[in-house]
Amino acid sequence: MGKTKNKSGPLARRPDNSAFKQQRLPAWSPMLTANTVLPFFYLLAVICMLLGVWLLLLVQSTQEIKLDYTDLGNCNECFDLRRNVSNAAQTCSCRVEFSIDKSLKGDVFFYYGLKNFHQNLRRYMDSRDDGQTLGRIKNLKNPSTYCAPFDKDNDGVPIAPCGAIANSMFNDSFTLNYHLSSSRSVPVPLLRTGLTWYTDKNIKFRNPRTDNLTLAEVFEGTRPPLYWQKPVYSLDPHDPNNNGFINEDLIVWMREAAFPNFKKLYGILNRADPIFEKGLPKGNYSIDISYTLPGQEGSGADHADLVRRPEPFPADCLPGNQQPDPAGGRRPHRGLVEVRKGWEEHEGMKHGGVKTED
Amino acid sequence: MTVLTDIPEKWLPVVLPIKKKKKAGFGGGKSKKKRTEEERRVKANDREHNEKFQYANNCIVTSKYNILTFLPVNLFEQFQEVANTYFLFLLILQLIPQISSLSWFTTIVPLALVLSITAVKDATDDYFRHKSDNQVNNRQSQVLIRGSLQNEKWMNVKVGDIIKLENNQFVAADLLLLSSTEPHGLCYIETAELDGETNMKVRQSVSVTAELGDPNNLASFDGEVVCEPPNNKLDRFCGTLYWREKKYPLTNQNMLLRGCVLRNTEACYGLVIFAGPDTKLMQNSGRTKFKRTSIDRLMNTLVLWIFGFLVCMGVILAVGNAVWEREVGSLFQSYLPWDPPVDNFMFSAFLSFWSYIIILNTVVPISLYVSVEVIRLGHSYFINWDRQMFCSRCNTAAESRTTTLNEELGQVEYIFSDKTGTLTQNIMTFNKCSINGQTYGEVTDPLGKQPKRLDFTPFNPLANPDFCFYDEKLLESVKVGDLHTHEFFRLLSLCHTVMSEEKSEGELVYKAQSPDEGALVTAARNFGFVFRSRTPGTITTTEMGRTVTYSLLAILDFNNIRKRMSVIVRNPEGRICLYCKGADTVLLERLHPCNQELMSITSDHLNEYGADGLRTLALAYRELSEDEWEAWSESHRCADKATDCREDRLAAAYDKIEQDMKLLGATAIEDKLQEGVPETIALLSLANIKIWVLTGDKQETAVNIGYSCKMLTDDMTEVFIIGGHTVQSVRQELRSARERMMELSRGKTEGMEAWAEACFMGNGMKDGQEGDCTTGRGSKQLHCSSLPPSASGDMDSISGEFALIISGHSLAHALEADMEAEFVSTACACKAVICCRVTPLQKAQVVELIKKHKKAVTLAIGDGANDVSMIKSAHIGVGISGQEGIQAVLASDYSFAQFRFLQRLLLVHGRWSYLRMCRFLCYFFYKNFAFTMVHFWFGFFCGFSAQTVYDQFFITLYNIVYTSLPVLAMGVFDQDVPDHRSLEYPKLYEPGQLNLLFNKKEFFICITQGIYTSVVLFFVPYAVLSDATQSNGVPLADYQTFAVTTATALVIVVSVQIALDTGFWTVFNHMFVWGSVGSYFTIMFALHSQTLFRIFPNQFRFIGSAQNTLLQPVVWLTIALATAVCVVPVLAFRFLKLDLKPQLSDTVRHTQLVRQKRRKPGGRSIGGAWRGTGSVSEGRLGARGGSRRSGYAFSHQEGFGELITSGKNMRLSSLALANFASKHSSSWIETLRRKKTNHTPPSTSGECSPAPSNVSGTCPALSNSSSVLGGSQETPIEEETDAAVVLSSSSHPAASEPAEPRAPAQVAPVDSSTSAAARTDSPGGWTRSLETVQEALFGRRGCASASSTQVPPCDATETPPH
Repeated sequence: MGKTKNKSGPLARRPDNSAFKQQRLPAWSPMLTANTVLPFFYLLAVICMLLGVWLLLLVQSTQEIKLDYTDLGNCNECFDLRRNVSNAAQTCSCRVEFSIDKSLKGDVFFYYGLKNFHQNLRRYMDSRDDGQTLGRIKNLKNPSTYCAPFDKDNDGVPIAPCGAIANSMFNDSFTLNYHLSSSRSVPVPLLRTGLTWYTDKNIKFRNPRTDNLTLAEVFEGTRPPLYWQKPVYSLDPHDPNNNGFINEDLIVWMREAAFPNFKKLYGILNRADPIFEKGLPKGNYSIDISYTLPGQEGSGADHADLVRRPEPFPADCLPGNQQPDPAGGRRPHRGLVEVRKGWEEHEGMKHGGVKTED
Repeated sequence: MTVLTDIPEKWLPVVLPIKKKKKAGFGGGKSKKKRTEEERRVKANDREHNEKFQYANNCIVTSKYNILTFLPVNLFEQFQEVANTYFLFLLILQLIPQISSLSWFTTIVPLALVLSITAVKDATDDYFRHKSDNQVNNRQSQVLIRGSLQNEKWMNVKVGDIIKLENNQFVAADLLLLSSTEPHGLCYIETAELDGETNMKVRQSVSVTAELGDPNNLASFDGEVVCEPPNNKLDRFCGTLYWREKKYPLTNQNMLLRGCVLRNTEACYGLVIFAGPDTKLMQNSGRTKFKRTSIDRLMNTLVLWIFGFLVCMGVILAVGNAVWEREVGSLFQSYLPWDPPVDNFMFSAFLSFWSYIIILNTVVPISLYVSVEVIRLGHSYFINWDRQMFCSRCNTAAESRTTTLNEELGQVEYIFSDKTGTLTQNIMTFNKCSINGQTYGEVTDPLGKQPKRLDFTPFNPLANPDFCFYDEKLLESVKVGDLHTHEFFRLLSLCHTVMSEEKSEGELVYKAQSPDEGALVTAARNFGFVFRSRTPGTITTTEMGRTVTYSLLAILDFNNIRKRMSVIVRNPEGRICLYCKGADTVLLERLHPCNQELMSITSDHLNEYGADGLRTLALAYRELSEDEWEAWSESHRCADKATDCREDRLAAAYDKIEQDMKLLGATAIEDKLQEGVPETIALLSLANIKIWVLTGDKQETAVNIGYSCKMLTDDMTEVFIIGGHTVQSVRQELRSARERMMELSRGKTEGMEAWAEACFMGNGMKDGQEGDCTTGRGSKQLHCSSLPPSASGDMDSISGEFALIISGHSLAHALEADMEAEFVSTACACKAVICCRVTPLQKAQVVELIKKHKKAVTLAIGDGANDVSMIKSAHIGVGISGQEGIQAVLASDYSFAQFRFLQRLLLVHGRWSYLRMCRFLCYFFYKNFAFTMVHFWFGFFCGFSAQTVYDQFFITLYNIVYTSLPVLAMGVFDQDVPDHRSLEYPKLYEPGQLNLLFNKKEFFICITQGIYTSVVLFFVPYAVLSDATQSNGVPLADYQTFAVTTATALVIVVSVQIALDTGFWTVFNHMFVWGSVGSYFTIMFALHSQTLFRIFPNQFRFIGSAQNTLLQPVVWLTIALATAVCVVPVLAFRFLKLDLKPQLSDTVRHTQLVRQKRRKPGGRSIGGAWRGTGSVSEGRLGARGGSRRSGYAFSHQEGFGELITSGKNMRLSSLALANFASKHSSSWIETLRRKKTNHTPPSTSGECSPAPSNVSGTCPALSNSSSVLGGSQETPIEEETDAAVVLSSSSHPAASEPAEPRAPAQVAPVDSSTSAAARTDSPGGWTRSLETVQEALFGRRGCASASSTQVPPCDATETPPH
């Protein structure tokens, strides 16, 4: 064809005798006969069985304690409080008590969970600016339009971190106490770092370059998301290096969950303390769930909208949504946000498939 | 590159019929302005006058674009394709931020790719069109301007100009012939480019203008022509010439059409009537209608269904969105308020609908169409590359001229074949003769070694070196001087209408009107009776070296009723003799009674010849006394002059003299079949393909060929002949034929058993029968299931072998609307159908009829212009190339040089193409459903917000990178059984005809499987990941991990699936399958790398996901689980199906594998055995039981005797004047019928018959016919060389000889010595004059014979080096 081979003669146009052109390429043509397929099936079945047994054992060695604190303790008071928008500014805290019958050995992880909270909505997931959280000054002052309507407040001041995801960040705080006796209790120390992917913490989320300024100065000219009580540079009062965009709670929250019911890592038991060296001993525990609700400004309009709904919806929709909210417990079908707390102990993998075909 | 030329209009024939594009060229702009022309007035030599009418000038524009208009026009055209528009629409949707669920590039990248590929191709095509336009428009022609001849470019020629044409020039426009250098204003043209016929036609000018002669007179010619407006009817012209107050009618006989070539005429003058786009050539070269395959149509239907399905899913999800927004989403408002334009859930649902349309559109990806094109292109190249479809004699490889029909080659049910040039070579060879009771030429002993060809040169310097004869006895008998033999050849040298041309001493060229005559005269020439020249009154011959001139007293011309011709000559001694040759049936009745004994011997010989499929003539002579002659001559003159019933009277006169003749003997001419025709036909009919022969030939010839190519056999239950001239008689004949069939088949249960057995054997396997016959093939499964013939009159139930022969005039009635159903049902019940004397239009009508009534895929094969209509109207048109006429090839979809390549085209290439395309489509729909439906399930978890499951880059690349190549490789390379097996088991072809591999049911199975896979792919990761965490406590249920897991599982599942589907793992398949999986991981890691994220943080948010996810063992377990759940059922189903209900192809494949294993140590014993049986049947035609049939060797028209005696044509070198009306009688057939009823049963020579003795062949027969082919595959070169017998009187300059690799040294000198002659030829191949070619040929022949080697003389015209 295109090639000009200087052939001539009566066979000039004879096609090449190559295996490719004559479709005689050496080839392997397997056939799925019983002889080949059945042994494969048996092998597969054996593998699956072994795997399944192993996984079953693994799962049984995993302990998990789940507490749905929507309904527990005095948390329903907070729910009632939240029902009324006018109380939005009030703080509320509650305590949930529970006991562990069998000590949790090894690493203990502390999660919070939400039910029916759709982090996977398309527009919700789009509503973030990775350039901003990467610490780009330009995006800091001028967030992406994808963040709208959470890119700027009514006065045109840019929001950092912008977007719906950041705005709805879960920022309840939990204090776990171990009751050594009825009167004496010690707080259980939790590590609040190391909760994220390495790449998130070190690459994806960066603070803007400080250039000898404090973080607060860098973030000057921006305001925190509407529903936040604290600005992004003072999210963690205890660890100055865990502030700004690299705050791990923020990073954990910003890694959207794929499904509406999800849990996220809150902390890891710090086993430096001799009491907790081997994990959580059995005994009585309590969790203090606290709310620090600063005054809301500039979000009045949103409130107004919510309040007008036929059935006043729980306060969880109000500015700081992160309250442990009774809604889920009392009206699960309506419950938009429910906070659940779980204990999990991990040793290796937790799940896998148990499959035995044929 | 021709392969490419046809993708054009066809990127996407989706859904709506493509709007016929208005051709930009063709002076379209001008014709729009013009009112429709009602009549054309042209005044010669008056440009001013003619300009008033604004007739188109002679400039031709076939290109579509120029540099400026290319982009807009091409884009506009491309967006007329529905699919392109659809994707553009999606693109626009994606630009609306409220809807956009995907980035714009997910659509624009593939779309731009497709558009630019098409654009580049269009641009290339157009560039070549520009070039050829320029070339044509700039040709020079001589125009008479103001009394002098001036050179003008063609494009400047205007209507009304007078042009001078010289010999061998192309006619520049449609001309009215004014005068020529020949007497009577005659001129000869060749119309090959117009209608493909290579014989010459005569045109004659109006007598008044013929006298004008030279340019001076013509310059003052001011006649005015009033004629019909431009039209596309090639054979019709109607106009009037007004000149000097007189009217002269003009007809097509006065016209020279553009595209013709002037031959044998020094020069002529013509008046331009139609120019440029108005010429009949251009009017005829309209866009050929675009053919689409049935799979295309099915695909379009399915795509429509999928669109429907898409909309349904969109609606479901939109409703879901509405409910969700109302019930749940409204509570979520504070976190995520609705976008500004959205104010209620209904509107949100509306937007969600469109968003889902965007993300779910991948169920019909644009890459489907591109991939289908690529696969077909690949198949086309494989056809082009196939060495076994390369004809070394004419140096022509098979060519697939369209790239869009390949898979339909695997579904053909009806083949319509032309006869001459397609089944036969249209070459007659003098094969045997019987002289005075002695038969000659019987030496072909199939077991002995090739007999030596007789060398005539020492004996006769005038012999034609191309002539082949093997029986030395005949030559001896001539040399000895046997009187009968001499008289025999004298007759042959005298009794004919051949014209000879002798350029120089001894270089004789015979111009015979029919090849039969040429063969006979050439035979006489070689045996020492050389016909040298003739004048109207004499014939000069050289008899045994002595020149003799006979005076020609009369030619008693041939016609269809007489079936004989005679000459009356007076030899130099004054003796008057009548020589007669004719059909035995006619001639034997007219012999003198004393010939009784000789007659019976000769008729035995004739029977033998006829049984061999040879065309016979009986020869007889009679001496006339002077008185007898005088008397008869008088009565003849009377009859000749009679004004009424002249023909009858002439016939009576002829009849009177042709009596009491003495029998000389008989000749047998082989109408050479193309190589391998009977085998091919047998094989194709085993593949359940029905072959109809549609020919313009006489019934006798057609029937004869039918027998010799084994379409008709003597074992046939009955051969029906429909020859009625009226509607009633045709209807009656059809009815009685059908009734007879029913009757016979009812009484013929043993026939059924034979069928069942044939079916069993055909399947080749023991379990094949069960698998094949009981799988519910429905009524199309011809006779295979053992249903007894019902009396309900269902024509499908007719068993037994019938053949139908119908002639053109009966066909005309049979094709009428009220009878066509009847005709179809009768004809389709027959195993063979031969239509003779059909017009080109009727050929097309027959094809259309079958298309309409049978809904079957039809293939038409032919070589001449008369086949063009049928080639165009059949689903697939095949042109025989390598012959001179190219019209059929130009109109065809595939072209190759030999009929026998058809079996490979269909059974190998077609079958593979169909199989590959079906597998491709199944897999393609599967993979896209598996891919896309995951979004649907995810919709229920993400609030129906049109969130995609996968990364947008994955969505972009999935179809064009990750999964395209493996399936393409399968679509291009897959084979279920090797090529020779599919020739051995023609039954393998049946699934294609029954459309079993891809139909609506298969489609539903595919998409069900796809949906099942998507369910698994979504819910397994969902179930596993939603609660899982990494070892460091981080949950795995985040979106990105889920996306990566699902995508990886998807890629692996579809790769495993394609691995299962691929039946033929070439290195490419390995490369592509592994490569795709590899590329997936590579690209994913690249896209999730920090480099890209740093540059575009908002586009590449998946940073780190790949490594974080894929490092988790849980993820891998998930993927493994999903894969196993997807694949294991498929595996189980596949192997169970294979073991419990194997298809024929599976069994063949299985035995093939077993055989391969066994062969490794033991050599190829089985293959050898197959070939061994085949070699026995190598006989040329094979012996057939001696039924009495006679095909007499006249294939020409009457009327030439008269031309010769009038002397009008003495300057003519080729005599083929078209369209002599000929009457036709079926009396011969009546004789045949009568004789057939009491014919003797076939002799016991059955074992050497290569043809199956019953319909589908018993097993040995099958092995016979196929192993011949098998053998030829193994050694194609040798076989072709052996078969390359140079044929006598070949006037094909293109015919070439394969250079024998063994003897290059011998060939080379021949070539070099004649290369000078070849080089002088103009490079434009076929435009050189016939004479030049003949000279070149003869020069070569002389050399070849002088070198006295055994090399077959080489009449190859080498393509001169460029």
